[in-house]
Amino acid sequence: MDLTELTISQAHKGLLKKEFSALDLCKAYLDRIKNRNKEIFAYLTVSEKLALSQAQKVDEMIAKGEEIPLLAGIPVAVKDLLMVKDLKCTAGSKILENYIAPYDATVIKKLKAQGAVILGKTNMDEFAMGASGERSAFGPTKNPYDLTRVPGGSSSGSAAAVADNMACYALGTDTGGSIRQPSSFCGTVGIKPTYGAVSRYGLMAMCCSLDHVGAITKTVEDAKIVFDSIKGKDPLDSTSVEPISNAKTEMPRINELKIGIPKEYFIEGIDPEVERLVKQAVKKYEQMGAKVEEISLPHTEYAIATYYIIVPSEISANMARYDGIKYGYSTMKSTKHKSQDLLDVYLKSRAEGFGEEVRRRIIIGTYALSSGYYDAYYLKAQKVRTLIKKDFEKAFEKVDIILAPTTPTPAFKIGENVSDPLTMYLCDVFTAPLDLAGLPGISIPCGKINNLPVGLQVIGNYFEEDKVFQVAQIFEENK
Amino acid sequence: MISKKEVKHIAKLARLGLSEKEMEKMEKELSSILEYFEKLKEVDVSQVEPTFHSVPIENVMREDEINAKRKEQSAKLLYLAPETKDGYLKVKSIFKDGSN
Repeated sequence: MDLTELTISQAHKGLLKKEFSALDLCKAYLDRIKNRNKEIFAYLTVSEKLALSQAQKVDEMIAKGEEIPLLAGIPVAVKDLLMVKDLKCTAGSKILENYIAPYDATVIKKLKAQGAVILGKTNMDEFAMGASGERSAFGPTKNPYDLTRVPGGSSSGSAAAVADNMACYALGTDTGGSIRQPSSFCGTVGIKPTYGAVSRYGLMAMCCSLDHVGAITKTVEDAKIVFDSIKGKDPLDSTSVEPISNAKTEMPRINELKIGIPKEYFIEGIDPEVERLVKQAVKKYEQMGAKVEEISLPHTEYAIATYYIIVPSEISANMARYDGIKYGYSTMKSTKHKSQDLLDVYLKSRAEGFGEEVRRRIIIGTYALSSGYYDAYYLKAQKVRTLIKKDFEKAFEKVDIILAPTTPTPAFKIGENVSDPLTMYLCDVFTAPLDLAGLPGISIPCGKINNLPVGLQVIGNYFEEDKVFQVAQIFEENK
Repeated sequence: MISKKEVKHIAKLARLGLSEKEMEKMEKELSSILEYFEKLKEVDVSQVEPTFHSVPIENVMREDEINAKRKEQSAKLLYLAPETKDGYLKVKSIFKDGSN
């Protein structure tokens, strides 16, 4: 039995039946990482010592006959944007190359409390700004299905690690599609919960009003296990919330399930094979008895412009903290730059520490927020955001769930889109609307084109993650 | 459209050092991105309120309590700073000659 192929629930059962120990499981993954990481580059940091000590503790609990939680002893990879105390946390950026996290993110605290085994920190587009993994300051992650292709991004390493059995599951973050898009490209399951359902404390902020923490797993069942373990209101994150009480979390019987298909998601530019596979998946639900109807989300075409105004605006504010004074890369003590004043330290530390895409977004955002432009860009975008949200609210008056493609194409070649920022931004066309509206969505594999995975996106109403999981699971079980 | 002079001004506001070459590149790229943003002009938002948060949230208050672990925590944070003095962050002088 190859232990690295197990799902969370299978590994948990194996531990309970003493078919293998947590240490066996941990070592199997560490070996796999040793063999594969050079090629895939999913991990920036491998925390072997921490992982082994955590596994040992779980084995001691099992030996004493104590009950263990579902995630105890299960090896996890963590996106390098979430802080794990005393481990490096780089955000994929040179500016934090040597930054050691002084505390645990709330989601990490929750995982540790369950006895999770943390294998390491995964590669990512710098500060989560990118859709291909190519924007990491430390080098690109490769797609395990085709090493000449990107794994998607920005949770590039998290998706690649799970797809390549270098982790049983992973934590990622999603601001415009950064969990679901790489999951689609790597054939994994990726859940982006409702905004505020999971604490962002200890997550390095890119765009506060759109950042979500979620999970990348091998199965829908696992995605639910991880989500249930990390969710909840957190006193340390005042934007985290308890689920609203009138959320309809139970899925109706399949022959009463009403599925909406947004016509704006099957547009010119979508790969015809992606369209075919997604429509085939919808057919499957129809054959099982679900009612399928076309719906309209008329403001979809404005989502990317809206998104790429709001995101850089919040980025320009959030990136201000990297100033070469408090922490991170600094020219303060550099011998290369003599007789600097305070302004020089700001200018040079940020120029040398930030990568190209981060600099570009800081400039766009500063421009959009600058005097005389605020109303035309930021405020206008936030108003269009209301219309995008209302499109979904109206749709959910008629249907229980929405099905759509996760991405317009399968994984593209490394280098193919990197020189054209606008083309790269359009990768998020089917995923960003959910972040803008704050709705939960999951990407699950629904087929392959020439060995490249394609994702089906299941979109639910606010706080209806459970329904999203149930609907996704029906497809997974009947594939 | 955006001019090189504007890029220069914005870069200074953002405290971001850019070389001449980068500024020229930014000027071109930003112009095409801003042109793409023009698309939003098609949408009538005269009767629409902005959405700053997708999920309704309320102000969260807490007691102003003394944190007993403060010293231990601040030591950890100061350790991450490039230069410190007597438990404070050190910065370069604000004026060029340092005499003010």
